[in-house]
Amino acid sequence: MNIHEYQAKERFRAAGIPVPPGEVATTPDEAEAIARKLGGMTVVKAQVHSGGRGKAGGVKLARTPAEAREHASRILGMDIKGLKVEKVLVTIAEDIASEAYVGILVDRRSQAPTFMVSSQGGVDIEEVAAKTPEAIRKLTVDPRYGLLPHQALWLANALYADPGVIKQAARIIQQLYRAFVDSGASMAEINPLITTTSGEVKAIDAKMSIDDNELDRRKDVAAMRDSSAEPWAETRAREAGLSFVKLDGDVGCCVNGAGLAMATMDLVKYYGGEPANFLDIGGSSNPDKVVAALEIITSDPSVKAILFNIFGGITRCDDVANGIVTATQRIDIKLPIVIRLTGTNEALGVEILKKAGFSAYTSMDEVVEKAVQLARA
Amino acid sequence: MAIFIDKDTRLVVQGITGRDGSFHTSQMMEYGTQVVAGVTPGKGGQTFQGPGGRTVPIFNTMDQAVAKTGANTSVVYVPPAFAADAVMEAADSGVELVVAITEGVPVLDMARAHAFARDHGVRVIGPNCPGLISPGKSKVGILPAQIVAEGPIGLVSRSGTLTYEAVYQLTNVGLGQTTCVGIGGDPLIGTNFIDCLKAFEADPDTTAVVMIGEIGGTDEQEAAAFVSAHMKKPVVGFIAGQTAPPGRRMGHAGAIISGSAGTAAEKVKAFQDNGIAVAARPADIVGLIQQALA
Repeated sequence: MNIHEYQAKERFRAAGIPVPPGEVATTPDEAEAIARKLGGMTVVKAQVHSGGRGKAGGVKLARTPAEAREHASRILGMDIKGLKVEKVLVTIAEDIASEAYVGILVDRRSQAPTFMVSSQGGVDIEEVAAKTPEAIRKLTVDPRYGLLPHQALWLANALYADPGVIKQAARIIQQLYRAFVDSGASMAEINPLITTTSGEVKAIDAKMSIDDNELDRRKDVAAMRDSSAEPWAETRAREAGLSFVKLDGDVGCCVNGAGLAMATMDLVKYYGGEPANFLDIGGSSNPDKVVAALEIITSDPSVKAILFNIFGGITRCDDVANGIVTATQRIDIKLPIVIRLTGTNEALGVEILKKAGFSAYTSMDEVVEKAVQLARA
Repeated sequence: MAIFIDKDTRLVVQGITGRDGSFHTSQMMEYGTQVVAGVTPGKGGQTFQGPGGRTVPIFNTMDQAVAKTGANTSVVYVPPAFAADAVMEAADSGVELVVAITEGVPVLDMARAHAFARDHGVRVIGPNCPGLISPGKSKVGILPAQIVAEGPIGLVSRSGTLTYEAVYQLTNVGLGQTTCVGIGGDPLIGTNFIDCLKAFEADPDTTAVVMIGEIGGTDEQEAAAFVSAHMKKPVVGFIAGQTAPPGRRMGHAGAIISGSAGTAAEKVKAFQDNGIAVAARPADIVGLIQQALA
C-alpha cells in the first residue's frame, strides 16, 4: 500500500524526525489559510501516489498566501501520470544549503532491510546508482539486532563532513529505521534530506510504502489508506479478496493463481489481443468471488469479451463450473464469456458449463484465441 | 530418487487442527506421505483422525513432536501472524526441512525467520508456496496429487497453478517427474531456483529440468548464469508477466517490476543468453523438453 507524502511525514514526525510544519488542503481557500497561518514562503505540493510530481508541475513555491491559493487552484484536479490530484500539502519552504538521499527497503538478495544513502540528493536515486555507484553507501541491517548506533554514524559519515551535522543525520537515520519497522514498511525514503543555511538537518520530502501483509495487525497504518486515490474496481477487488490490476486492453481475464493469470494475459497478447486486466480469483469455487470478479471486469467499458482460465487442482473442475453457473445467474452479463477448465474432473466441469449454455474448453490456447476473436468482432 | 523429500520423509504438520491444515493433512496421508505428528499449541495429547482410520498424535510444541516421533520435516499451515515464529520453532527443533505454505506473512517477520533458519542450517521452502511433491514417494504441501506421475523431469516454479498447468501437460504426454517444487511467490523465500537446480543436477534420476519464473527480482537471471556454468542437464524455461505493467504487484507479493529491474524481457534474455530454451507459451514447454531429451 502506498501512502501520501503528508502521511509519511506524520509517521516520520512521530518517530522524532525534524520535518517542516505543514497541513493538507483540498480547496484553494484552505491552502491560502494554511499558508497564512504558517507565514513566510511556502511550498504547495500535489499529494498523489506517483513520482515525478515536480516535473509535472505539481510542486510550486509561493511567496504569499494569495500565491499559495493560485498554485493550489491549478494543482488540485491536475492529472499526474493518470492520477487526479485531490489534495495538496502546504508546507514551509526551507533555506536549503545541501541535499542528500536516505532510503531503506527490504532487499531481496540479502533478505534484509538495506539502507542506501548518498550525498547526491533531490534526484532519482536509480540514476545516481547507474551513473555514479560510488556516490552511494549501502548497509544491510540484521533485522534481529536492528540498526546499531555505529552503523547509523557510518552511513551519516558518507553524507556530511561537519561532526555536528553528522550527529543530527545519524539520529535521523536511526529514527527512520524505527518509523520503517513500526509502520511495517517495505520502503521508506527521505529525498532530499537537507541541511539548512543555519546547519539544521531536516526531511523535506517523505515517501513510504507499506507491506500489505502488515495491515491486519497495524490498524493505525491501515487507516491511512486513501481509497479516493485508487480506482473503484481496485477497492472492490480488495474487499472481495481478489487481486486485480487494470490494464488497457479489451479482453477481461478471470484466472485462478497469480502465475497462471500473468501467463494468460501474455497469451492474449501472443494471439494478437490486449488483456484488460490482471485478476487472480484464488483457489475456491465460491460463487460470491466469481460475482465480484464479473462486476469488476464489466465495470470497465472497454472490455469486449470475458475469459475464464481455471485450473482445478484441489478444487475440482465440476465444483468450479457449478460456482460459475450460480454466479452468472445472479448477475446480468451482456458480454460474451468463454471458459477454460482443466485439471481434476475437467470433462465433468466442461459438461456442466455446456449444459448451462457456455462455450467451454479444456485447452488454454483455444480459449484465449476464441476470446481475442470475440473481442475483435 | 528425488530432491528434498522422499519415502524417508517423516512429516510434522504445524497447524494440523486448522481448516487448511487438517484438509491437506488428510490429502497428504492419502497420497502416502508419512505424517508422523501434528502441532497445535494447547491441543497436545489429542489425536488427528486421518483417512482410513489412521490417526496422528498432536503435540503442543515442535520440540515434543520431534523428540517423540523422529520427524525430519515440517510443513507450516499456521496463520500469517504466527507463521514466521512457527518456522523458527521448527528450525530450532531439529528438523532438516521446513515448508511454509502460509500466504500473507509480513516480510520483516520473514527476514528474521530466514536469518534464524540459516544460522540453524535448516532449509526453508516458501513461504507463500504450494510445497513440493516427489511422485510415488511423498507430498508436502497442497499440490494436487492427481496431476503428477513418476518420471525423469524436475520442475521448479515460483507459481502455484501455473506449475500445475505445466505438470499436467507433462504428465499427459507421459513425461513424469522426479520432484516438483513450488518455491513461492514472496519477495523473501528460503529456497531459490539455484538451490533446486543444484539438487536436480545431483539427482541421478532427473534427466531434464523445467524452470518457471515470473517478473520481479533477479533470481531467474542468477539461475540462468548458474545453468550455463554448472549444469550438464538440459533446462527449459518459461517466464510469466511479459504484459505486466511496471510498479504494480501482480498478485504475488514478489511479482513486481521495480523501476526498470525484474522485467520478463530481461529474464527471457538471460535464459536465452545462457542456453536455456524458452517457451513462448505454456503449451510449448512439453515440446521443448521432448527436443531436449531427444
